[in-house]
Amino acid sequence: MPKILMKGNEAIAESALRAGCTHYFGYPITPQTELSEYLAREMPKRKDCFFMQAESEVAAINMVLGAASAGARVMTSSSSPGISLKQEGISYIAGCNLPCVIVNMVRGGPGLGNIAPSQGDYFQATKGGGHGDYRLIVLAPNSVQELADLTVEAFDLADKYRMPVMVLGDGLMGQMMESVEFSKSSENDLSRKPWTTRGARGRKPNIINSLYLEPEELEKENLKSLQKYREVEKNEKRIELFEMADAEYAIVAFGIVSRIAKSVVKEAREKGMKAGLIRPVTLWPFPSEEIARQAEKVKSFLVAELNMGQMVEDVRLAVNGRKPVHFIGRLGGMLLTPQQLMEKLEEVAK
Amino acid sequence: MRVLQGKPEALVDVSTHYCPGCGHGIAHRLLAEAIDEFGVREKTIGIAPVGCAVFAYNYFNVDMIEAAHGRAPAVATGVKRVLPDSFVFSYQGDGDLAAIGTAETVHAANRGENITVIFINNAIYGMTGGQMAPTTVLKQKTTTTPYGREKAVHGYPIRMCEMLATLDGVAFAERVTVTSPASVIKAKKAINRACETQVNKEGFSIVEVLSQCPTNWKMKPLEAIKWVGEEMTKTFPLGRFKDVKGEK
Repeated sequence: MPKILMKGNEAIAESALRAGCTHYFGYPITPQTELSEYLAREMPKRKDCFFMQAESEVAAINMVLGAASAGARVMTSSSSPGISLKQEGISYIAGCNLPCVIVNMVRGGPGLGNIAPSQGDYFQATKGGGHGDYRLIVLAPNSVQELADLTVEAFDLADKYRMPVMVLGDGLMGQMMESVEFSKSSENDLSRKPWTTRGARGRKPNIINSLYLEPEELEKENLKSLQKYREVEKNEKRIELFEMADAEYAIVAFGIVSRIAKSVVKEAREKGMKAGLIRPVTLWPFPSEEIARQAEKVKSFLVAELNMGQMVEDVRLAVNGRKPVHFIGRLGGMLLTPQQLMEKLEEVAK
Repeated sequence: MRVLQGKPEALVDVSTHYCPGCGHGIAHRLLAEAIDEFGVREKTIGIAPVGCAVFAYNYFNVDMIEAAHGRAPAVATGVKRVLPDSFVFSYQGDGDLAAIGTAETVHAANRGENITVIFINNAIYGMTGGQMAPTTVLKQKTTTTPYGREKAVHGYPIRMCEMLATLDGVAFAERVTVTSPASVIKAKKAINRACETQVNKEGFSIVEVLSQCPTNWKMKPLEAIKWVGEEMTKTFPLGRFKDVKGEK
């Protein structure tokens, strides 16, 4: 299959179609609107596909809940302020054990912030942005190719575990153009969804619900979720290690920052410094064990993010005091430059 | 032996949690009868609200989804757009439909979503114990309007059927009561016609049922029935505000 030059947002949309996504509900917001526009153009051309611009993000995520209940592979996408509005629905979707894919192309915040790239939604994505005790699988691609590949995987993971999966990008990744090859595809398998509400034809009614008034019953449901989350933690942690075999200094970065970090690692190696890169690809489940293993080998960690320091907390938990964990971040939609990261790396290596 | 009257197949044979004298039980039954009469039970998906009818998923013998407060029309939209030939209803109270879920209600109606909404208007928040609803009438006392609803402070009771009837996507809108055998028969006709509009794919249909709430109105059941007829209908006149039948 030939490679195509494409925007990140459009690659996600095309990949969703190839993953058997038949329904999309969203509300326009910069910097992810190209994703919606691509599907608005392509979905009506296909049998059984349906695109809707909802009246709000609140409505869109609840339409997702309805479509997932009816057995469809369904997606919504937004950017930070819109994702905040979706949190109510995400909590219900998690509570109802429904699969869906949610894309967040993060922008500067808090509040209206701006439309520049940020990683300020790490906490919201990985620690549960809505109410109650639940988890999302959070995938953090760092290229247009990976946006495409992980989108397909997101639909499979959502169905496998019956839980919402978030693809966490940022304003830059959504807008940037790179070559991409659509080699992955997947499809919806309704025969594996006996729990759906599609009409009780020849069977007892199915009920999709997150209300359990008796604490004993709710605890049982919570424990079932916990067991599922343990399975996800066991099976689905993903991490990329670059030049870590003999590294003394490890930069830890996800998403777009990992691209900058990779170039800094190369530059540091040319200068004779043994630097390496640890890139969590799943932000939840967080690849703590691998980071703990690396803590046995390296002298220190430098976590680089586009926020005040969010993933750094998970890195510190994984390292558990064994080695120093430093931090550098840019805020407000500003990007970290390779020079700044290099200077910080040299400073912590002193 | 011939059974002349029994429990509709679309209702589960359990006792409900509704208070004595409440109108919900009648509304449940009328909707269930309509589902049976149109033969759509096995392709029905019902959306339960947050409010007094929150446990409706235990009472209807059909596939059910429990929605967040006010979001039932959005959930119904999602279901119906995946399964356009299914029969989808939402069953909502006044707080759910006319306060927190106003946007979802208005836009589902405006899109002409081919769903049926049963709207129970009892002018009060029942499940949480009697607070002001968007449909609480002027001067009515509730736990959060202990001195009565004042227009200067709380605004006016909202007339959803009249408002929705102005939207092109709405095929059918009628307000009824369930306070006497005659009014129940009228309500049944309205609910059947609303279901028919969905079966015929004519658009959004809503039946607003003015429903007595003796518990939270702090009245005896007969007083509550009287209050619906003598007080509530002054603010919420009964009638068919829209029916596209014969318009085409």
